[in-house]
Amino acid sequence: MMGRTMFIDPGRCIGCQACVSACRECDSHRGKSMIHLDYTDEGSSVASLPTVCMHCEDPVAPCAEVCPADAILVTADGVVQQADTTRCIGCANCVNACPFGVPKIDLQAKLQMKCNLCYDRTAYGLAPMCATVCPTGALYYGTVEELQAERPGVQVADTFVFGESEVRTGVAMVVPAERVQWPVPGGLPVVEINGKDVRR
Amino acid sequence: MTADPRAADGRTIVPLDPSLAPPGTRGFRDAGGIPADQWHADQNGETLVPTHCCFCGVQCGMYLRVDRGGKVFGVEPRNHDINRMRLCPKGINAYQQVNHPDRLTAPLMRRSRDEELREVSWEEALEFTVSEIRRIQQEHGRDAFGVLGGASLFSEKTYLVGKFARVALKTRHVDYNGRLCMVSAAGANKLAFNIDRAGNPFSDILLTDCLLLAGANVGECFPVLTQYVWGARDRGATLIVVDPRETAVARTADIHVALKSGTDSAFFNAVLNVIIEEGLTDEAYLAAHATGWEEVKANVAQYPPSRAAEICGIPAEQVVQVARAFARAPKAMAFHARGIEHHTQGVENCLTVINLCTATGHIGKPGAGYGTLTGQGNGQGGREHGQKADLLPGGRSILNEEHRRQICEIWGIEESELPAAGTSMMEMVWQMQRQEIRGLIGICNNPFVSLPNYAVVKEGYDTTEFHAQFDFFLSETAANAHVVFPVTIWAEDEGVMANAEARVVKHNKAQEPPSGVRTDTWVMCEIARRLGEGDKFAFGSSREVFDELRRASAGTIIDYSGITYERLEETGGISWPCPSTDHPGTPRLFEDGTTYHADGKIHMQVVEWHPPADPYDAEHPMTLTTGRTVAHFLSGNQTRRLGALVEQTPRPWAEVHPSHGFHNGEPVRVVTRRGSEVFPALVTEAIRPDTVFIPYHWPVPTAANALTIDALDPRSKIPEYKVCACRIEHAEAIDEVPAPPVAPGHVAYPETQVSRTDPLPPTAPQGRGTSERS
Repeated sequence: MMGRTMFIDPGRCIGCQACVSACRECDSHRGKSMIHLDYTDEGSSVASLPTVCMHCEDPVAPCAEVCPADAILVTADGVVQQADTTRCIGCANCVNACPFGVPKIDLQAKLQMKCNLCYDRTAYGLAPMCATVCPTGALYYGTVEELQAERPGVQVADTFVFGESEVRTGVAMVVPAERVQWPVPGGLPVVEINGKDVRR
Repeated sequence: MTADPRAADGRTIVPLDPSLAPPGTRGFRDAGGIPADQWHADQNGETLVPTHCCFCGVQCGMYLRVDRGGKVFGVEPRNHDINRMRLCPKGINAYQQVNHPDRLTAPLMRRSRDEELREVSWEEALEFTVSEIRRIQQEHGRDAFGVLGGASLFSEKTYLVGKFARVALKTRHVDYNGRLCMVSAAGANKLAFNIDRAGNPFSDILLTDCLLLAGANVGECFPVLTQYVWGARDRGATLIVVDPRETAVARTADIHVALKSGTDSAFFNAVLNVIIEEGLTDEAYLAAHATGWEEVKANVAQYPPSRAAEICGIPAEQVVQVARAFARAPKAMAFHARGIEHHTQGVENCLTVINLCTATGHIGKPGAGYGTLTGQGNGQGGREHGQKADLLPGGRSILNEEHRRQICEIWGIEESELPAAGTSMMEMVWQMQRQEIRGLIGICNNPFVSLPNYAVVKEGYDTTEFHAQFDFFLSETAANAHVVFPVTIWAEDEGVMANAEARVVKHNKAQEPPSGVRTDTWVMCEIARRLGEGDKFAFGSSREVFDELRRASAGTIIDYSGITYERLEETGGISWPCPSTDHPGTPRLFEDGTTYHADGKIHMQVVEWHPPADPYDAEHPMTLTTGRTVAHFLSGNQTRRLGALVEQTPRPWAEVHPSHGFHNGEPVRVVTRRGSEVFPALVTEAIRPDTVFIPYHWPVPTAANALTIDALDPRSKIPEYKVCACRIEHAEAIDEVPAPPVAPGHVAYPETQVSRTDPLPPTAPQGRGTSERS
């Protein structure tokens, strides 16, 4: 299972967009937010959830794999960095490849930008800015053990299925314990809970 | 408290040696407990100044990032007890106000409203103001001049507002915009407990087994408190939300009571009825600690669940569910906010909640008690020390001879010189309409947006012969004034605020004010000096005012005498009463079962439900209710200038149920007896079909408060913002939906600071759910 990473808990999200504002304050892409706030059941519920880069582990970051300019670096600790400004050609291959719809292209600058897990902060042992400020803990940074100690009984998923492809991610999503066999929010079937295969 | 992990990245957190601090900052020691040997300057010379957010009553701790040149340029989360690093979008963006291009940096003046405001010298602005005060008071009497303060000011300044009005201007007319906030809760708490504050600290929420949130949209108005709510839920606590809308917190509640706005007291009376019927009262607690129980019991017998179901428009079973959940819980807490307080029976609504807590013995224990959530940063502290029409410092009554004598001794005036009680904020506006008040000084408030029934407010202000306003941005109200004094923003001065727990926290100065800007304290003292009362206003700093405030509060229930700036910096906040410098403060009230009434008991009050002030009829069959969005603060004078917050919620909308046949974004005209306005529809099932909701942070022509009624609670004098009769109609064309107005003098924030990464929605805001279903 993953080490210190980000957990997304849609059940706690209040849609306040503190994460979006906080992301703008991050020194590595100051002035731009790399977080989307999504509404899952518009018109009948106020339910919302933040979407951050899932930092895919296996297969290694589709965005990086398809980059023709080798602009997207995956660090040894599994963080998929935003595009290297000296290499990125703004072709948007990464946008098409990402199964979670995360990278953004600044067309004027011909540059891809996305969440790099606040590398300027996590390198110092700090939590990413969004998870630091999230008023509700819908974004949480730590280990799964720390999360479970704080929220007894919480279950997380870090493996998702897209058609016939499986993607294991460095960022995990909290799923309702009583619904482990059901799709997680967003319609993605859960295949693994806390490291255990739950498909059977 | 754990050390702040910011210490790990090498930035300066605590400049212990003041000589190392950039110009305009002070050598603060953070209450977060960073060891003295862990700081050192980094290569950029950045300093983190510990302080608190300027906005709501949670008062989150934060650091302001200050550059080598002494300018605030960013924010950093702070591990303070209250918020534990969390911040909401308002808190994150608050720092952008400090050096915003819209800041007023010179006094503005005009001698009549026919002229444009123009920049003048401080001397000219002060001289004109003082001559107008003298003229109006000589011609029409001292009470013809009024002062309206603000509850976003530091407590030192609110103390000074009360003293300034009564000693320098010698007028009885002083009140404040906290009158629009939580005075109903204050009135109820005084009646029941004889103390005007919440009973428990926020941290008690984590210990409760049942949390009742009544008219409190925690997710949007106090987002950082959600961590406490979710913490309680993690422990298995039952969450009950009473709100006509499905708010973000109501969405996850065990019981969401979507009652009709304006029916709260009928509902809570019925809940108590069930608690009695099912034998769930704590009779031993009632016998020992309460008076009035028999009368309350007899009264609620008239409110069976079937009657509440009829009045409130909810299933009767929900009354039973709430009663059982609340009364059977080993520990239960009730928090309320403007949803039940903004009513003509706001005080009574709060009393019915207090009756519930009392009857079940859920008072004065860890995890059991009551509280009110404050809208403004200093909504609690702003009324404690004499800014309110009927109160003197320390919460003393201006009608009580002994209290008057005590304060006159401290102020150095004769008791005969101290004016009588004044009138409330809305009543003062009516008096302005009638020319009973002909001159007004407003200090950091914006009634043109925040008061109900805009037409009346505008007429009242237009009728005044002289109007001066203190502000750091040119608000809609300031644009109406004859004189506008440019004053400091929160990060440019030091002072204290009391949050919704009655915890006094200290704000620190992070940068020098721009050239041409003075502190509110300086301006009030200078006007007082020119009026010949300078000896009583010889204050050179906030600290000097605070020392007098501490003395003025000594011996009262609201005792600050043991609170010092140094203690606040060491502890991270102290809850009053704190009668001596070795007293730890009082985070939780009534732990020994006694209240602040002479008999030590809770005085339960009989409450009879009555309908709202604005009657329904065939033309106005629906309910208009108003409230806040997470991105904006009160009148929006501050937040409507910050790009990120404008982008998040660019304009108001009318939230309507799909059953009315509107499509999302379609223009909907909302009509009340005060007028009509057109808004884009936000169609959602998260609201009752008989109710329409409009957020109120914008001025005309998209002002919710152009439609609301200026009816007041007879005791608290709070306006009934939360309910008035209305109808909704299809508007002809989308161009009837006016563009969101910008504040006078508004300049967009520089693009480099806030850049847009997503396109804005065409008409309706993001969030809250949208639908084209009909």
